[in-house]
Amino acid sequence: MKISITVNGVVKALEIADENTPLLWVIRDTLNLKGTKFGCGKAACGACTLHVDGEAVRSCSYPVKFAEGKEVTTIEGLGDRENPHPVQQAWIDEIVPQCGYCQPGFMMATAALLNKVPTPTDEDIDKNIINVCRCGTYYRMRKAIHKAAELQADKVMNESKTL
Amino acid sequence: MRLKAIYIFSMFLLLGLIFVLANSPKFSGYEIVEKTKLQNQQGNEDFNKMMDVLTHQRCMNCHPSDHIPKQGDESHPHYFGMTRGEDDHGFEATTCNTCHQSENNMSSGVPGAPHWALAPASMAWEGLTRTEIAKRLLDKSMNGNRSHEDLIKHMTEDDLVLWAWEPGVDAEGEQRTLPPVSKEDFKIAVENWFANGAVIPSK
Repeated sequence: MKISITVNGVVKALEIADENTPLLWVIRDTLNLKGTKFGCGKAACGACTLHVDGEAVRSCSYPVKFAEGKEVTTIEGLGDRENPHPVQQAWIDEIVPQCGYCQPGFMMATAALLNKVPTPTDEDIDKNIINVCRCGTYYRMRKAIHKAAELQADKVMNESKTL
Repeated sequence: MRLKAIYIFSMFLLLGLIFVLANSPKFSGYEIVEKTKLQNQQGNEDFNKMMDVLTHQRCMNCHPSDHIPKQGDESHPHYFGMTRGEDDHGFEATTCNTCHQSENNMSSGVPGAPHWALAPASMAWEGLTRTEIAKRLLDKSMNGNRSHEDLIKHMTEDDLVLWAWEPGVDAEGEQRTLPPVSKEDFKIAVENWFANGAVIPSK
């Protein structure tokens, strides 16, 4: 099937053999964006989390056909070295990763959370950030999420000043 | 004179016979009693078929009384601490649709159907008897103001309700168990039960 997806702001017209191919494999193998990781393949661990129309989605369990005409954001599109997203900056500041494999999924889940709940409580974090990290970096991630909320609030304030 | 006496005696005998038959409990209302019994038996059968499905884990797992969706045939609490949330769709950034889409995913084993969500809290059935479930089902203050016609449509046409007969495979690739009544028989039982007045058996 032919499918059109906007990935990180760029429209991609793709020819997909099987419409039920997980979006994860289209992102990684067809579009060569390797930041999104395969973990469990059962929508459980969250390593494959990305955004579809701003909503966090487990891409290993999301057929690509459902992404037709939608906007997909991966960890590569969240920010870059020059302009990191507040979540990425907080992750750097708090030195969160250990092995790092699951971290893109956590950061995407956190970015989605901050869009909905700009200043999350610990309870909000417990409810919404349910990804799995086998290195056990949860404590540092919690600090980083609160830090990201502060950075994002600062960013919003600075942007409003420049308007 | 003798002929007249025989005639009068015969008339009394005939009238007496008619009187006895007319007041006999076996005769009076015979048809009606049997019909009512049949209707009740049929009504109970329809009710029981319907409830065999409603109380099956394919349905009950998403009608919890503790706001926690259940999973599997043993109805364990949904993994990852998922609960009802504000709108029956989970939490702000981790909703049902973070994992569940509008159809089953045969590779990951994640079930899906249109408008995947928990049944509203007012439709919590877990722990209730069949008659209590039926009373709640019919109570407009709890069922989303649904009329009998609305309920028939919901129970026989809604994609999420009918998902129970197409539940797909689990994370291990095993087919999920189906309700004990076929989809077709369930629909007939629902339609019949409502057509016969939606009578809730006392037992």
